[in-house]
Amino acid sequence: MTKPKARVWTGTWWLWLMAAIWVVALYLNFIYTPDARYLLSSERIFYVHMGSATAMTFVYGVTFVASIGYLWRRGLAWDRWAAASAEVGTLLTTMVLVSGIIWGRTAWGSWWTWDPTITTTLILWVLFLGYLLLRDWTDDRERRARYAAVLAIVAFFLVPLDYYAVYFLKSIHPAVITTHGVNLAPSMVLAMLVSMVAFLFLAAAWILIRLRLLTAEDHLVEIQDRLRTPLDSL
Amino acid sequence: MGRKFTAIVLKDLQLELRSKETWVAMVAFALMVALVFGIAVNPLRVALASVFPGVLWVAYLFAGMLGVGRGFEQEARDDALTGLMVAPGDRLAIFLAKLTVAFVFMFTMEWLVLPFMVVLLGEPVAGGVLPLLAVTLALGTVGFVGVGTLFAAMAANTRAGSVLLPVLLVPFSVPVLILAAEATGGVLGHVVPAVDPWPWLHALMAYDVVFLGLPLVLYEFIWEV
Repeated sequence: MTKPKARVWTGTWWLWLMAAIWVVALYLNFIYTPDARYLLSSERIFYVHMGSATAMTFVYGVTFVASIGYLWRRGLAWDRWAAASAEVGTLLTTMVLVSGIIWGRTAWGSWWTWDPTITTTLILWVLFLGYLLLRDWTDDRERRARYAAVLAIVAFFLVPLDYYAVYFLKSIHPAVITTHGVNLAPSMVLAMLVSMVAFLFLAAAWILIRLRLLTAEDHLVEIQDRLRTPLDSL
Repeated sequence: MGRKFTAIVLKDLQLELRSKETWVAMVAFALMVALVFGIAVNPLRVALASVFPGVLWVAYLFAGMLGVGRGFEQEARDDALTGLMVAPGDRLAIFLAKLTVAFVFMFTMEWLVLPFMVVLLGEPVAGGVLPLLAVTLALGTVGFVGVGTLFAAMAANTRAGSVLLPVLLVPFSVPVLILAAEATGGVLGHVVPAVDPWPWLHALMAYDVVFLGLPLVLYEFIWEV
């Protein structure tokens, strides 16, 4: 009998740190920062939008690294990291899209435009819905990990290509952070940065929660397999 | 390697010549897309010729999805794929053969469908543009088939694979759709203002290089036992 090897870190002290950061972030977003000159209070959606977009980028980065890690080292722990981060990433992409759509309605007067940044985000969303479907519909555990890793790696190369393919259309997405600096008032920059940190913490918390669940699921299957073939486990 | 590749390609082509399943389905499907589009959009209000390249590639890509999935589905019966894999020779030969067959099917389908599209949607095609049009069709098809074959190999081993394949393939077809449709519009030369097809063709070549290369690196991971 072998004991389940992988353990997920279960410390919770940092959740209190996260709660404190969120209180500060919400205070900065809604009370500290002034209304924008033309966008008025609709500008405050931006902090949610930017925060979830930053967290999304990092989380998909985790998916990519974990996928390569799985194909290279072959531990199911790598795959669980990829699965958890892909799920959280899809959720964050949904948040980016929804916040962007609502903001676009007030700022541009239309719910949707086929701008490169927006279109690429939508494609990313569809891509990872497909990724989650592929995981769900592949029955063999080890095969599921392999297929998902292959898809995640190919997807990583697709996203920039998609962006440049759509780029030939005229872009109207605001560029807040450019090579010439940040186009925001200092108080708004502070709110944006704290928002980013708050969302990164949130994403990390979600990933850890999912990791614990996925690890438990894998252990459960392992135990079931062992019960089914009692002779093998002697 | 070379012999195994040739053997599989010839086997698939012979199978197709006898059963005539795949290409009939593909051509019929592409024609249905053109027909449905022509009927659903009022031709009195929308100039069908102005949307011709887009509709052409929508039809091609959907019919292509049908064809690219077939290659591995037919090997699933009696687990024939395992037979191919244990046969002597590199496994790369299987992948390249399936890729080549998918390309031949799709490319042939495109030329069979083109005259109907030209007539139905009223887009005159001058004979002089045919060589460049062939290049455009070939480049777009290569881009689609490369990643399509990789996913078809995966979808063959999943539940509801025939549903999964389009879901996975559509996001990857976006660059092909944009670049190939623009290039086709430029080649045919009826777009106002005129479009130079070459920048689009170059971008399409770049896409082809990336998405032919990646499957060649990653296909081994699909077929581990």
